[in-house]
Amino acid sequence: MKILVCVSKTPDTTSKIAFKDSNTKFDDAGVQWIINPYDEWYSLVRAIELKEKDASVVIHLVTVGDASADAVIRKALALGGDESYRINADSNDSFYIAAQIAEIAKQGAYDLVFTGKETIDYNGSAVGGMIAELIDAPYISLATKFELNGSTATVTREIEGGEEVNEVNLPVVVSCQKGVAEQRIPNMRGIMAARSKPLHVQEPVTVDALTNVVSYELPPAKAGVKLVDADNVAELVRLLHEEAKAI
Amino acid sequence: MSVLIFVDQADGHIKKSSYEALTYGADVAKQLNTTAEALLLGASKDDIAALGKYGVTKVYQISNESLNHLDAQVYTQVIADAVNQIGASVVIFSHNQTGKAVASRVAVKLKAGLVAGACALPDTSNGFVVKKSVFSGKAFANVSIASAIKVISLNPNSYKTVAGEGNAAVEALNINVPASKVKVTAVNKVSGEVPLTEAEIVVSGGRGLKGPENWGIILDLAHVLGAATACSRPVGDAHWRPHHEHVGQTGIQIAPNLYIAVGISGAIQHLAGVNRSKVIVVINKDPEAPFFKAADYGIVGDAFEVLPKLTAEIKKLKGIA
Repeated sequence: MKILVCVSKTPDTTSKIAFKDSNTKFDDAGVQWIINPYDEWYSLVRAIELKEKDASVVIHLVTVGDASADAVIRKALALGGDESYRINADSNDSFYIAAQIAEIAKQGAYDLVFTGKETIDYNGSAVGGMIAELIDAPYISLATKFELNGSTATVTREIEGGEEVNEVNLPVVVSCQKGVAEQRIPNMRGIMAARSKPLHVQEPVTVDALTNVVSYELPPAKAGVKLVDADNVAELVRLLHEEAKAI
Repeated sequence: MSVLIFVDQADGHIKKSSYEALTYGADVAKQLNTTAEALLLGASKDDIAALGKYGVTKVYQISNESLNHLDAQVYTQVIADAVNQIGASVVIFSHNQTGKAVASRVAVKLKAGLVAGACALPDTSNGFVVKKSVFSGKAFANVSIASAIKVISLNPNSYKTVAGEGNAAVEALNINVPASKVKVTAVNKVSGEVPLTEAEIVVSGGRGLKGPENWGIILDLAHVLGAATACSRPVGDAHWRPHHEHVGQTGIQIAPNLYIAVGISGAIQHLAGVNRSKVIVVINKDPEAPFFKAADYGIVGDAFEVLPKLTAEIKKLKGIA
């Protein structure tokens, strides 16, 4: 049983978002990098739980990024996982990234590929589906629960106003979100062990990116809050109705 | 050369986000001087010819029973075959649960560039550039698509639905539907509530409400507004409210027209889930609550006093006794 967990390096949630080079690049000055929370808290932890139940489970991690992603992948290895791959390329085209990961997925013949439901920087929710298409596997997105019984996975996924339970045979690609597992903190033993776990750096396969970020922009600043006195709730209703036209 | 809009359904009814995608797709078609057409998979209980009101001239339907449930792999094969048969050059999805499962796969199959989470019409003055929301609502990126076929998934609640007149021609499309490898064993829907991601108005409660027994004032306000209810992460974690109501960075991300936050301090992780809301109202007794900085309107006051008054005033406005 082999699991491939896709991890991405993202700016910490509390980072101030700014751009440089005439708004064409993300300004990473002073930014603290973390493992994309959906990758870490849900898909990686769920993979580790499966390994804790069945020691024969092998977990590989993969990320697409330059050397600055090494610290993040070491942290992921400190939580768990056996080996990791870093594809030495920097891209924000989801197809380019998916094509790199699909290459690793094909070579390793994994039974299960986990991604987070999206990254908190590009919010595309696209890489998982693309990997699935490239390796011709079923794809269950936005999973809130994942159970494995032999070679059959039972996956609960979010739908509008509820959830749906799917049964599917491996191999499968699943994008994970809240509910699949609970966040863990790496312990000292894990951090020490991570230092000697293999981190294979591979050069990317040649793929043409299909999209390109031309520029970034920040939303217009809010005009500032209009405070209404607690004794004059009728005024709030008037503003929402007449000014904001929201009710 | 046409624009093809994928029409998504739940229980045989067209979703609100699909009407937004239809309006958007029709406007993209106008911009490109071409026609907008719609594609619907499975059976429908709605009048699909009436989709003409949203600007499509034709609705292609593939009414194979096995398409009544989503299997991303099967949908991808069918949609990509349809796009090729119809000869569409722009394919539009809603960036909802179905769109997130399918649009990216379809893009790969068609060797098409994808902009996932678009929030504005493409700029075609120099290439094909689509604005999308990034950094969890904290910024936008203008993304250029280089491929011949382009796939866009539109963020729900980011494009206003416009309904005009007219009917579309309905045409059955004959496309082979592969066998599904995914079995749906259960569907659990919270009945009688407005789905959070589709709601125009959301009323949300936080720790300031002190306990689940106090949620009546939130439910009453939501009821008169026809709103969905949501909660902050601590409330979900403490099981005061069901997990699926949790909005924020790790919960559900929403973008309603109106978000009313009651007793929520407004941590950055919470804002990441709601900052795309058009109008934000914050009710909190702490004037220093960071949420006020992100709000359009606010009341510094005790929720237990303010909310019943607010519900009563809205009843008055709506003429509800």
